[in-house]
Amino acid sequence: MSKLAPLSGYETAANTNSFRHRFIRDFKLNRLLYFMMIPVMLYYVIFHYAPMYGAIIAFKDFSPMKGIIGSDWVGLQHFQDFFSSYYFWRILKNTVVISVYSILFMFPAPIILALLINEVRNQTFKRVVQTFSYMPYFISLVVICGMITDFTNSNGIINSLFSWLGYDGTAMLQKPGLFRPIYILSEIWQKIGWESIIYIAALAGIDQEQYEAARIDGASRLKQMLHITLPGILPTITIMFILRMGNMLNVGFEKIILLYSPVTYETADVISSFVYRKGLLEFGWSYSSAVGLFNSVINLILLISANYISRRVNKTSLW
Amino acid sequence: MHAENGLRNKVFDIIINTVLIMLVIVTLYPLLYVLFASFSDSSQLVANKGFLYKPLGFSLEAYKNVFSNPGIIKGYGNTLFILIVGVTLNMFLTAIAAYVLSRRNVMWNSLFTLLIVFTMFFHGGLIPLYLVVKGVGLIDSLWATIVPFAVSTFNLIIMRTAFSAIPESLEESAKIDGANHLTILFRIILPLSKPVIAVMVLYYAVEKWNAWFYASIFLKDRDLFPLQLVLREILIANSTDSMSAGASSADQYMIGETIKYATIIVATVPILCVYPFVQKYFEKGVMIGAVKG
Repeated sequence: MSKLAPLSGYETAANTNSFRHRFIRDFKLNRLLYFMMIPVMLYYVIFHYAPMYGAIIAFKDFSPMKGIIGSDWVGLQHFQDFFSSYYFWRILKNTVVISVYSILFMFPAPIILALLINEVRNQTFKRVVQTFSYMPYFISLVVICGMITDFTNSNGIINSLFSWLGYDGTAMLQKPGLFRPIYILSEIWQKIGWESIIYIAALAGIDQEQYEAARIDGASRLKQMLHITLPGILPTITIMFILRMGNMLNVGFEKIILLYSPVTYETADVISSFVYRKGLLEFGWSYSSAVGLFNSVINLILLISANYISRRVNKTSLW
Repeated sequence: MHAENGLRNKVFDIIINTVLIMLVIVTLYPLLYVLFASFSDSSQLVANKGFLYKPLGFSLEAYKNVFSNPGIIKGYGNTLFILIVGVTLNMFLTAIAAYVLSRRNVMWNSLFTLLIVFTMFFHGGLIPLYLVVKGVGLIDSLWATIVPFAVSTFNLIIMRTAFSAIPESLEESAKIDGANHLTILFRIILPLSKPVIAVMVLYYAVEKWNAWFYASIFLKDRDLFPLQLVLREILIANSTDSMSAGASSADQYMIGETIKYATIIVATVPILCVYPFVQKYFEKGVMIGAVKG
């Protein structure tokens, strides 16, 4: 077949009704496209779908010698072990608490920053604030955690500040009670600017005539912010919130792994850090996969529920 | 009424500007502290409590130690390899997939899209992924940090959206001239998509530059460690000893402190130098991404 043919037959393809005909026509027409897609599909099959299939080791007693298929089934054994273990409530609580804290404190922070930046009238100052507030986002996580470790050290700068207030310096990362505040505050510090970009973009799309009208009615800037600006970016806020909910249990475990220690497991250990430790450091592969699968399923349920509720409540949804 | 509002607006402006200036200070100061500390004399730095407004004394000792550390040099090399090879592969596959998925009249495209998007929301988990990577023989090879992350679904969706926005009529004439899909992609779509390409390259590059976690589980050979893994040892596990070898243990501790700061500077300055120039692309990227996929 010539190279021209695949590009000139859409009408005939559309007019043929039977599935088999459409199937064959489509393949003939778009052969090159399907061919181009092969490497990408292979990538998804091998590195995304194969691990999903591999997750069945959560129901098996996986031994590397026997392989995934050859290993013996144990049913829900690993799940039962996990649910009845001492760790279950601890890591579930930590995961939920850290997630809820980050939704409470971290989610609104960039929205507030965007609203503030939006009110700045001096363009140069606006650029300066934006440039500097994005900056920490580009510092790697490892470096950020290195800085946190150093600053919260017993003779680090944060302790030095507190010592002026009569507080006696201790290594703050060794205190279970301080882990979450350190985690959340440093998250806000690093990401507030970056995450505000999307809201700043949304703000640019608000109809300016509404402000004119409000000004004529004598509304103050604060009132304009609350009654025009905020509702104007509500759809964006909703979408971001749904995405956040879908990731609720995926708290940033890379950061936790870098910052926690056995002393702070009590408040810092979350599902994914537990999966990492049990699975890769202690080789409890099946057990750890069961915990990971539990995490994935809950995430999916949360995402679907948040999307459903949002679609019902304010007609905004991901799909 | 209006005068009152004018006064209120002034107060409002002052409050907002003050809050934002404080925010800038809080954001910048930790970075300045690191910079000052890295040039400080280590014994003076360790003795110091509280703020730094300038380097305490002046010493390049820490930087000499950092640059004579083979781990850091090798780490830079490995990261550079991962960055160049990885981002090239990322861009190649993402562009092709985005092109295919943006074609109309392809029967299976909505199914492909669904299958791909699904992977954003459901994962097999860490251990099964590890087993797959082990199974395909990538453990202890730099490819383990590249191939399993060859396409980012999020970036693919952004790029597909951008490609779909290109008017079909532009492609029609090329088709009439006998162009096939590869020609259309490379001669028409890509040249028209420079902004989104710039953004994708940046997203992938930052991701590669920062990546450490999967490298830490897939790579055991220290010669393969990317920069971030070397940094983890120095900054988190506190092993600066190899760099301050020869000094007494008290001195080692002091030198170690400045070495940490110098390491942070050496690892961060390249990206902070590039960032102001590419900032506008990042902003654009987030906005493109904000378009519902």
